[in-house]
Amino acid sequence: MKESAGKVLAITRKDILSEMRTKEIVTSIVAFALLVIVVVSLALDPSERTSAVAAGVLWIAFTFAGVLGLGRSFVMEKDKGCLQGLMLCPVDRAVIYFGKMLSTVIFMLVVEAIILPVFVILLDQPRFPPHLVLITVLATVGFAAVGTLFSALSVNTKAREVMLPLLFLPVASPVIIAAIEASGLALAGGPWSEILPWLGVMVAFDVIFLAVSPLVFEFVLEE
Amino acid sequence: MQILKNNVLSTNALFALMFVTMTAALFLVFVYVPTEASMGIVQRIFYFHVPLAWVAFIAFGIVFIGSILYLRSSNRKWDRLAHSSAEIGMVFTSLVLITGPIWAKPVWGVWWTWDARLTTTLLLWFIYHGYLLVGSFASDESQGARYSAVVGIIGFVDVPIVALSIVLWGTQHPEPVMSEPGGLTGAMLLTLMVSLAAFTLLFAYLLIHRVSLALAADELKRLRQFADERDYDG
Amino acid sequence: MADSGQQADGCAIEVERLVKSYGDFNALRGVDLKVKWGEGLAIFGPNGAGKTTLIKILSTIAKASSGRVSVGGFDLQGDSVKARRQIGVVTHQTLLYDELSTYENLRFYGKMYDVPHLADRIRELVAQVDLEARRDDPVRTLSRGMQQRAAIARALLHDPPILLLDEPGTGLDQRANEMLINIVSSTGNGRRTVIMTTHSLEQGLAFCNRVLILARGNIVYEESGKLDISTLREVYHRHTGVGY
Repeated sequence: MKESAGKVLAITRKDILSEMRTKEIVTSIVAFALLVIVVVSLALDPSERTSAVAAGVLWIAFTFAGVLGLGRSFVMEKDKGCLQGLMLCPVDRAVIYFGKMLSTVIFMLVVEAIILPVFVILLDQPRFPPHLVLITVLATVGFAAVGTLFSALSVNTKAREVMLPLLFLPVASPVIIAAIEASGLALAGGPWSEILPWLGVMVAFDVIFLAVSPLVFEFVLEE
Repeated sequence: MQILKNNVLSTNALFALMFVTMTAALFLVFVYVPTEASMGIVQRIFYFHVPLAWVAFIAFGIVFIGSILYLRSSNRKWDRLAHSSAEIGMVFTSLVLITGPIWAKPVWGVWWTWDARLTTTLLLWFIYHGYLLVGSFASDESQGARYSAVVGIIGFVDVPIVALSIVLWGTQHPEPVMSEPGGLTGAMLLTLMVSLAAFTLLFAYLLIHRVSLALAADELKRLRQFADERDYDG
Repeated sequence: MADSGQQADGCAIEVERLVKSYGDFNALRGVDLKVKWGEGLAIFGPNGAGKTTLIKILSTIAKASSGRVSVGGFDLQGDSVKARRQIGVVTHQTLLYDELSTYENLRFYGKMYDVPHLADRIRELVAQVDLEARRDDPVRTLSRGMQQRAAIARALLHDPPILLLDEPGTGLDQRANEMLINIVSSTGNGRRTVIMTTHSLEQGLAFCNRVLILARGNIVYEESGKLDISTLREVYHRHTGVGY
C-alpha cells in the first residue's frame, strides 16, 4: 500500500517536473480563465455584480479552465506513447489514475490561487472570505475525480475537444452548482450553516467518485 | 438471441397486456379522472409526465446494470441491452422535457421552470446523450461499447447527487414547482398508477424488440463475415 | 536477471486459443504459442496480420477477447501486475517524456519498477547505450537514434527476462540496431527470451532461432533451428501472397 502511494507520487512529481519546464498548462489556463472573467463581466452592469452573480462568473471561468486543464493531462501522455509506457509499469491501473488526478488538482490549484485574488478585485467584491479556499479545493478535487477518467477516455476518441466537456459538464453539475452557491454565500458574508450543506454535496461527490472512478479506469486504458 | 422467435407467445402476451393497460390508462386519464380544480384540463398531462420520468429513470438503471455486466463479461449482448435501453430512455426523457413546458405554460405562465424533477431530467438527458455519443465516436465498436459502459456507470451513480444538489438549490431559489396542489385523491392515484403500469409495459415491450433487432443485426453481420472469409480462403 | 516465475520446465510465454476482436474485426483468431525460456522468436507477417496486436496483448496493453495467456509464468487474467515485471518492451515509439532528460526518465521508470540500486543501474545502462554525454538533456533534443537508444535503456532498466520488440528495425539507426543486438544477446545468468516482430528477414534471423509467420490472425508457418533466408522468403510469399 505504501509503495503504491510512492508510485502515485512519482507520477505526480513527473508531471509537475515536466510542467515546470514548459509552464504550458498553467500559463495558458490562467490567461484563459482571466479572459473568461473579463468577457463575462463586461456583459454585466456594475449594479449586477452582486456576490451571487460574481460567484457564477468565477465558476464559469474555473469550469472552462478546468476542462482545458483536464484535456491537457492526457494529451501529454498520448504523445510518444507515454501512456503505454505507464501501462507497462507493474502497478495497478488505479495508481495511474491517482497519480494523474493529483497532478491535475495541483495544477488547477495553482491557477486558482492566482485567479481568486484577481477576481475579487476585478469584480469589486467587498471581502475575500477564507471559506472560498475550502470551497475551491473541494470543487477542484471533484473536477479532477471525474475529469481524469473522462480525459483519458476522450483522448482516445474522435472529436476529443468536444467529447470531454460534453461528458464532463453534466456529470460535474452538482459540484458546479454547489461551488457557485457556496461561493455566493461566502462572498456575501453568509453564515456557515447555509454554506455547510453545499460543502456536504461536494464532499459526497468527491468521495463517491474518488471511489468509483479508479474501479472503471482500467477499462478506459486497456484496449 | 432469438428472443422474439422463441418466445412469440410470451411477446404477444406482453403486447396484449400492454395494449389493454394503455387503453385503460387513456380512458382513465381522459374520461374518468375529474378535472383538477386549479389547473384545469392541462393538468391531465401530469398522468403522462410523471410515468414518463419514472420510466426514463428505470431505463437508465438498466443502462447501469447492462454496463456493469458488459465490463465484467465482455459479452456484447449486455452492451446491446444497455444501448437499446439508452435509446428508448432518451426518447422517454425527451418526452418528459416536452410535456413539462406544455404543462407549465398554461398553468404557471412560463415555458420552463427549474423544478427539481424537470431539471434533473434535463441533466439526465445530457448524460444519456454523452453515453450514446461516446458509442459512436469511438475508434472501433468494442472500444465504443467499453467507453459508453463507463459513462453509463458514472452517469447513473451521479444521478442521486445531481438530484440532491438541484433540490437543495430549489430551496434557495423558489421556482414554480410542478406538482399538484393539495394531495392526490383516490381517483387521481388510481389513474396515476395505471398510467405508470402502462408506460412501464410499453417500455418493456419496446426494449425487447429493440434488443432483438440489435442482436439479429449482429448475427447477420457475423454470418456475412463468415461467408466473406469462406470465399476468400476458398 | 530479475526474479521471475522461471521454472526449468515452464515456458516464458504460453498462449492458448487466443482470440482478439476489435468489434467486428478479428485481429487474432485462435493463436496457440509456447515460447521457452531463452528462446528467440521472430514473428513475420504482412500488415494487419495481428503482430502488433499479439505484442500488445503480451504486454498487457490490450486484453484478450478469449483464450489464456501466461507471461513469465503469470496468468494475465489474474496476475498481470507481476507479469509486467518480467517484460521489457521496445516499439517504434520511445515511451519517453520529451521534456525530461534521459536520466530523469530512467529515474521515474526506475521508481515505478522498484529497481534496486537505481543510481548505479542508471549509470551502467547509460554507459551501455553510450548516452553519457547527453544524459541530462531533454529527450526532445536528442536525435532519433539517440532517443531509441534511451528507449532501449528504459526497456532494460529492470532487467526483464523477457523482451518484446515490436518492429525495432524501424526508427533504429545502424548504431542503435547493433547496440540492441549486443545487449539482447549478451547475458548475465542465461539468455533473455526475445520475441520480435519484424519486416526484416535478415534482422529476424540475426536474433532468433525460431520463426513463425502470422497472417490474417493465424499462425500459418512455424520453423526452428537452422533457417535459410531464401527458403524463408519463398515460404513467406507462398503463405501470404506477399513478397519480401
